Amino acid sequence: MRISPSVAVAAGTIILLALVPPITNALQEPFYLGLFLRLMILAIAAISLNLILGFGNMVSFGHAAYLGIGAYVVGIGTFHAIENNIDWLANGFLHVPLAITASSLAALIIGAISIRTRGVYFIMITLAFGQMLYFVGVGLEVYGADDGLSLYTRSEFSGVIDINDNTQFYYLVLVILLATLYGVKRLVDSRFGLVIRGSRSNECRLASIGIPVYRYKLVAFVIAGAICGVAGVLLANRTDFVSPDMMHWTRSGDLIIMVVLGGIGTLFGPLYGAAAFLLIEEFLSGITEHWQIVFGPLLILIVIFARGGIAGTVRALDKFRE
Amino acid sequence: MDWILLLEQCLNGLQLGILLFLLAAGLTLVFGIMDFVNLAHGSLYMMGAYFAATFTAWTGSFLIGAAMALPTALLFGIAVEAIALRTLYSRDHLEQVLATFGLILFFNELVRVVWGPAGLDIALPAFLETSVEILPGVPYPTYRIAIIITGLVVAVGMAVLVNHTRVGMLIRAGASNREMVGALGINIQLLYTLVFGLGTVLAALAGLMAAPILTVQIGMGETILILAFVVIVIGGIGSIRGAFVAAILVGLIDTVGRAFLADFLRLFLTNQVAETAGPAMSSMLIYILMAAVLAIRPQGLFQPRGH
Repeated sequence: MRISPSVAVAAGTIILLALVPPITNALQEPFYLGLFLRLMILAIAAISLNLILGFGNMVSFGHAAYLGIGAYVVGIGTFHAIENNIDWLANGFLHVPLAITASSLAALIIGAISIRTRGVYFIMITLAFGQMLYFVGVGLEVYGADDGLSLYTRSEFSGVIDINDNTQFYYLVLVILLATLYGVKRLVDSRFGLVIRGSRSNECRLASIGIPVYRYKLVAFVIAGAICGVAGVLLANRTDFVSPDMMHWTRSGDLIIMVVLGGIGTLFGPLYGAAAFLLIEEFLSGITEHWQIVFGPLLILIVIFARGGIAGTVRALDKFRE
Repeated sequence: MDWILLLEQCLNGLQLGILLFLLAAGLTLVFGIMDFVNLAHGSLYMMGAYFAATFTAWTGSFLIGAAMALPTALLFGIAVEAIALRTLYSRDHLEQVLATFGLILFFNELVRVVWGPAGLDIALPAFLETSVEILPGVPYPTYRIAIIITGLVVAVGMAVLVNHTRVGMLIRAGASNREMVGALGINIQLLYTLVFGLGTVLAALAGLMAAPILTVQIGMGETILILAFVVIVIGGIGSIRGAFVAAILVGLIDTVGRAFLADFLRLFLTNQVAETAGPAMSSMLIYILMAAVLAIRPQGLFQPRGH
């Protein structure tokens, strides 16, 4: 059996990710375990964004808001668990469904209004709603306002897994990442996914054959928000800290960069993009504190010259071999 | 209710609205004519403020500094357009957003390297440092009145330029149908540069006028840029008139909301709840306005003819 380059790269990436904890533990480099943990969490968020941006052509510039909502569920829950001695509020089995509910609800409201518009209006409106939630976070004085909230404890999944141990946490995130990839793959290949992908090329045509495109797009928007909410729960636990800055519009911009860098509308693209983004950031910031002065122009060059992203390049290799 | 405070806050809101208009007018023209989403418009605002701060420090006079900052910003804007942006006009919106996002990162870091991470302050000349009695016994800062008057003059100037000159005719024609304008033998590239330059000067003017009130700092352009987005979404993309109406509306609602919402909530809620919810809710007001406008008119309040 011949294995195409894109399958090989995808499989290689996952095997590599699975090997990170033994390697970093052997080298005694816990920093890199944390880095890859963050990489996978942001990849989950980028995959959720890609579902609407890549497959449905909805350029949401406020996607970090759902990351923040998920994170604040953990932050506020554990805050009251410690402050008011309400033990069950630190329960991770509560945080996850609550984060999914809250972020889908927010996505439902934001989506219902934004999807009525298209093109650049859609970009600006999602951007504005994202900023609105950011300012709500800044206004939450009980929960630290601007300064954010330090987590005194991580979400408790008692009896199943202890995420205070970073290695266990790492494998939990890896499993969630794989589940997300599998779920998105199934979704995109389904009848539902066909409509979403179709809306990217011609919405009028879909509507004229009797498909309620608006409803399909809204459902996709809500699913993306829900997945990103879960990523938010993980991110809060990873950084042990929650702040409005997680919802800042530049964070949404980072997520878009990851999707585009990795390859829009491809399954593994966002994962590669998140990896490339964090590794470039890590590499450049090691050289100079003003790394963004290099990264900004780099981004422009990537946009101008490297269309299709990393996954697109790998796919071109597939074609080349044939 | 404190009526004098309300009056003062309305004037402050008007002044914010004027600044928003200057920013939104350029943004909406650039988008309307070139179909180009420029996230880095806020960086031009920031550069205007930094140029003014530098020239003011050199010359010792804010007015001379401001007068020097505007042409500098114009040259700067035209250079940015020629080097980075021109290749992006034919790209889709997502790519434009990403590339100009990269520009923001670059400019913010550039400012950090050149001017340092700390903010700068601009000293006003003595005659602007005073205050005027707008009503008997109610003083209001002269400088803020000067901003309002300057902004209104510019707005009138823009209206004359767009509606009653040949250049304005081309701008309006470009907003309706770019290809047709090009087909009629107009140098569309020159028109683009002109419009971008005009947008830059307006943004820089807003930046340098805001500079003495706020601190000149990194990222100052981004907060107001998003407000300007809200303004042009409400006003209708490509419409100067829409930008003006929406800017004043957003300025007033935001400022007056921040000042009075907590008091207003106190009428129905307990003191403590009102104090907590007030600040968070008042920052949401303009977004709720935007949502309401879009729910009724998804294309904004005003649409330029031909769309």
